[in-house]
Amino acid sequence: MSVHASPTLFMAMAAKEAAGAHPDGVTLSASLGLTGGALRVPGRGDMWARAVRLGLRAPLGGFRAFTAKADAQGSGRVTAEVIEHLERLALVDFGSQEAVARLEKAIAFADRLRQVDTDGVEPMESVLEDRCLYLRSDNVVEGNCAEELLQNSHRVVEEYFVAPPGNIPLPKLDEQESFPHN
Amino acid sequence: MAVPTLRCGFSGSRWTFALVDRGCRHRTVATFNWIRGQSSVAQQPLHTAQKPRKGAQEWAAVVGLEIHAQISSNSKLFSGAEVRFAAPPNSLVSFFDASLPGTLPVLNRRCVEAAVMTGLALNCHINQKSLFDRKHYFYADLPAGYQITQQRLPIAVNGNLAYSICVGKQQREITKTVRVKQIQLEQDSGKSLHDDLRSQTLVDLNRAEGQLRVDANVSVHHPGEPLGVRTEVKNLNSIRFLAKAIDYEIQRQISELENGGEILNETRSFDYKLGCTVPMRDKEGKQDYRFMPEPNLPPLLLYDSTSLPAGADPQQVIDIDRIRETLPELPSETRARLVQQYGMLPEHSFTLLNEVGLLEFFQNVIKETRAEPKKVVSWVLNTFLGYLKQQNLAVSESPVPPSALAELLDLLHTRAISSAAAKQVFEELWKSPGKPPAQIVSEKQLGLLQDREALEELCRATLDGHPQVVRDVKGGNPRAINKLIGLVRKATQGRAEPALIKQILEKQLSSPAP
Repeated sequence: MSVHASPTLFMAMAAKEAAGAHPDGVTLSASLGLTGGALRVPGRGDMWARAVRLGLRAPLGGFRAFTAKADAQGSGRVTAEVIEHLERLALVDFGSQEAVARLEKAIAFADRLRQVDTDGVEPMESVLEDRCLYLRSDNVVEGNCAEELLQNSHRVVEEYFVAPPGNIPLPKLDEQESFPHN
Repeated sequence: MAVPTLRCGFSGSRWTFALVDRGCRHRTVATFNWIRGQSSVAQQPLHTAQKPRKGAQEWAAVVGLEIHAQISSNSKLFSGAEVRFAAPPNSLVSFFDASLPGTLPVLNRRCVEAAVMTGLALNCHINQKSLFDRKHYFYADLPAGYQITQQRLPIAVNGNLAYSICVGKQQREITKTVRVKQIQLEQDSGKSLHDDLRSQTLVDLNRAEGQLRVDANVSVHHPGEPLGVRTEVKNLNSIRFLAKAIDYEIQRQISELENGGEILNETRSFDYKLGCTVPMRDKEGKQDYRFMPEPNLPPLLLYDSTSLPAGADPQQVIDIDRIRETLPELPSETRARLVQQYGMLPEHSFTLLNEVGLLEFFQNVIKETRAEPKKVVSWVLNTFLGYLKQQNLAVSESPVPPSALAELLDLLHTRAISSAAAKQVFEELWKSPGKPPAQIVSEKQLGLLQDREALEELCRATLDGHPQVVRDVKGGNPRAINKLIGLVRKATQGRAEPALIKQILEKQLSSPAP
């Protein structure tokens, strides 16, 4: 999984700030049309920090675990501790500082959604909510392909997949710079 | 691949759930509290401490059970692979079960029906809309890296289960209720075989064995204060060990807290040999499952007779009311019916239902005998069940069929044999299955002496043969007559009822000697 997001809304907000408008007044529609890229807002460092701080309170794709930690920092940055936690949870590789910065932008981008007034609006649980969930009859129609499936395994013992004895713990952040890919 | 597991409170001395196949699972959560009192100490410490004074304050334990039960179905919850016990490894695995890219889950209708049925049987509110979620964690037997479950909105919530336990010296039967928090459909993980010798794990994705598994969540707190930190105890596969593990864990937490320690939110395992809980490997620290909605499954919608859409394909809609109609008579109804119909004690009804096949056996005997129901109950629950337990047999393995016991009880009912003789016949029935009771009675000459005169003669002869005992009886020793009765019984080879013997002897003793 790679963390990827164009900070479109973020730029919009930053741009509006530069023009003096209050960030809460920015609507989503105003931000459309702007493309992503490296964001540079000269001379507005404190506004940047505030915007990112707002962003840090937003859940990243629904994962809520680390926001409390990030909030506690107050600096608007995602700490090394949080990065390490994320890497263990999702087995992603934030190999560089640029990747972490991109993550911070993505968080702030998603955070823009909080400024939308959703009072009285039912949350959407699924983009498939208008679809029917198909119910399958309880018949046996597949299976019996052990040989085929086992070909995917690096090691096999008597029709069993072979795995290490337990989860192999990742090395600590200070022990290693780059992380092994499983 | 997903097996509905059912979470519920338990009653009786064995699992009453009897499911066969793997593949589907739903999970229900039940919680119940109890208060553990501590004796108060006479002296109070001089300083006022924030921590509870040792031994002075009550502790309350909160226990939540997570029960995973498999649904009896032909295929898995999300794939069309077969659900079968003891198949060659990885032979019942579809591409989806192996988490190959591009595969999608397809929900099994039968599993949904089973989950609804279970919810109804446990007095739950059935959610007409329920949602599927992904629960992420890494382990070799979970190839997708997540498990599809129902965390946000499960299929059934807020149920209850009544059960009965015996308390006190008199073994008083009391009824208790346990709350069922929720029932959810979820996938099962694969099976891991740990090969410590070669330092590897062998994975079989047919899906885990064990039709019923329980995890216990335990925490303690002082009444009135917030709930304490909970620990989860896994690896429990019998009610006895479940009870031991919970008791141990409650004590451990109380001791730890009273000594100023703290409880970690961790997963522990139960060591059967030592009878204690120990922290589990690979489970240190709180797990972060990163729940997210399952993007490949729309919400599961259920209907009832009022909301059923017109002209809907019956294969594609599930009617809760229709399912309710197909529910069999629930145990509590059966027990009430037995008590009312046969006048048996409530605890007898529990025993009849808690033993697989026993109720059917009892009902078959009742059908074929003219003996009183109370007699049948006594013989089935005491004698018959006693023999089964002694030889560790199930009802289905009994050498004595219901018809044989019915015949025996008829002989007893018509006073053709004494109750002592009946016990002998039963023993013989057990040893020589197929032999009719009447034949045993005649072979062993166990039939009651029908000739009253012959019995009176025997009594007279016994009295004549034991003048000393006769003198004891006439001298006022009440127990001496029992000796005479015993002698007559021996002489009749158990073919006379003691009560009748006593009656005749007393008559003969009171009449003047010739």
